[in-house]
Amino acid sequence: MNFRAVWAIYRYEMTRFFRTLMQSFISPVISTSLYFVVFGTAIGSRIQEVEGVSYGAFIVPGLIMLSVIMQSISNASFGIYFPKFIGTIYELLSAPINFLEIVIGYVGAAATKSLFIGLVILGTASLFVDLTIAHPFAMIAFLVLTCVSFALMGFIIGIWAGNFEQLQLVPLLIVTPLVFLGGSFYSISMLPDIWQTITLFNPVVYLISGFRWAFFDMADVPIGISLLAIAAFTGLCLAIVWLIFRTGWRIRA
Amino acid sequence: MAPILRITDLKKTYDGGFEALKGVSLDIEEGEILALLGPNGAGKTTLISTVCGITVPTSGTVTVGGHDIITDYRAARSQIGLVPQEINLEPFEKVWNTVRLTRGMFGKKRDDALLEDILRRLSLWDKKDTRIKELSGGMKRRVLIAKALSHEPRVLFLDEPTAGVDVELRKDMWEIVAELKKQGVTIILTTHYIEEAEAISDRVGVINGGQLLLVEEKKALMERMGQKQLTIELREPLSAVPEALAEFDLELGEEGQTLTYSYDTRKERTGITTLLSALSDNGIVLRDLVTRQSSLEEIFVGLVKEGAA
Ligand SMILES: Nc1ncnc2c1ncn2[C@@H]1O[C@H](COP(=O)(O)OP(=O)(O)O)[C@@H](O)[C@H]1O
Ligand SMILES: [Mg+2]
Repeated sequence: MNFRAVWAIYRYEMTRFFRTLMQSFISPVISTSLYFVVFGTAIGSRIQEVEGVSYGAFIVPGLIMLSVIMQSISNASFGIYFPKFIGTIYELLSAPINFLEIVIGYVGAAATKSLFIGLVILGTASLFVDLTIAHPFAMIAFLVLTCVSFALMGFIIGIWAGNFEQLQLVPLLIVTPLVFLGGSFYSISMLPDIWQTITLFNPVVYLISGFRWAFFDMADVPIGISLLAIAAFTGLCLAIVWLIFRTGWRIRA
Repeated sequence: MAPILRITDLKKTYDGGFEALKGVSLDIEEGEILALLGPNGAGKTTLISTVCGITVPTSGTVTVGGHDIITDYRAARSQIGLVPQEINLEPFEKVWNTVRLTRGMFGKKRDDALLEDILRRLSLWDKKDTRIKELSGGMKRRVLIAKALSHEPRVLFLDEPTAGVDVELRKDMWEIVAELKKQGVTIILTTHYIEEAEAISDRVGVINGGQLLLVEEKKALMERMGQKQLTIELREPLSAVPEALAEFDLELGEEGQTLTYSYDTRKERTGITTLLSALSDNGIVLRDLVTRQSSLEEIFVGLVKEGAA
């Protein structure tokens, strides 16, 4: 294992992040505040409580997941697509490193960035509502796992994408709808029966439910199933990355 | 001593089915400068990319310092520095960061003093905190060289280092190459400028259509292939080459003041003596004689034609 190379890539990617720190910091703060104004105030005035939790607090885990998922994908997909686009990928290919080391460097950096943003949102949210976290370790574990698995997914998208449109395509057409319909702003139990069943095919539901359990000790689906879902998703992404590694698909001519 | 780079029957067929390398074999000794000369599309970049790990060989083997580039890629690649043909750099990054990144990626311990020395030698030290997009084309090329040298490679590939670079920068580049050679770095550079190969290499390989046509000491190549030209200045201008001299294939110069005779230095008899006596037999009086060695360019054009025939 070429640890120095992993560290060099990670460090380099993180400096890019810190160069635009204000941007990285401000935009989640503003969008979280807006969500609170729009959802918390407008809807919250009609729905006071969901299963004993104030509506404002109820949407916090979903809000964090929403941003963290989108950020992980866009950070990681852009992170590996950019060198392909500007040609600096030659350096990754000619260095004495293997694909796993490249993945750890890029996915690690992307996951760190979105973890940071997730924590910023949590901090911002706690200014608006009272939050107590029932299972802090589980909360962190869920957050980290989500960051890593969606960064892996982003990495795959970045390798696959042949142009900027394709880079946006998957997040826009698949991930955004799944995330918005994943129960960020409502409890599944509030839906009609038929929609409750359909929703169970949305993997994001398991994530948000599990994450919410870590906060409030209440969930739409059992926590064990949530854990299984996120583990399966991470495993799937790892398997695809391994396949790309084996075949050199879309990397080496 | 075993060659530092050994390429054996290397073939590369791209996914589209195009055969860019048709069995290239080449040995390169430590410390030499080899110029790979060939027109656009000859396969120069493909050859370099395959040795460096950017493209996967279809068949054949390559070893660097005895290490196979596939089975022992870490050891092989550690010894190679690559300066790509295109200026592939991240525009918003600072010079220092990008050079440091390369050293790290090659698994080398941080060494700021060494990087400083490299940047100074390339006149980049005062630009170390400059963003790459603010540098001129020549400076960017130097940054690529600095990156390639940052991990102390034994073999350096320079893919068309002077393409699109003005004359002055080209001379600079030649000096940099000469300096690196002094430090014992083995250098393989590609070019389609003949005078470049002529000016800085020890050996010249001519590549065209994915095949290495020949590899030879530069001097030997020029001598072996050397066409020479004898230009004869005349006392009195001629209106046409006299019939009696037709066998010499003479060329009448401007205003009939000069006659040019081409001969092959490889041949035992150059025909000069016969020509001179034939001239005086025909009452042509000479004022001066000049001979000129043909450039690599002419040699090269001849070779590519031979290859195509
Ligand atoms: N990725 C690729 N896929 C298909 N063909 C390629 C690829 N890269 C280069 N070629 C073809 O291979 C040939 C050799 O290209 P290259 O090695 O770049 O030549 P040179 O560097 O000597 O100009 C060219 O005909 C080029 O079109
Ligand atoms: Mg080329």
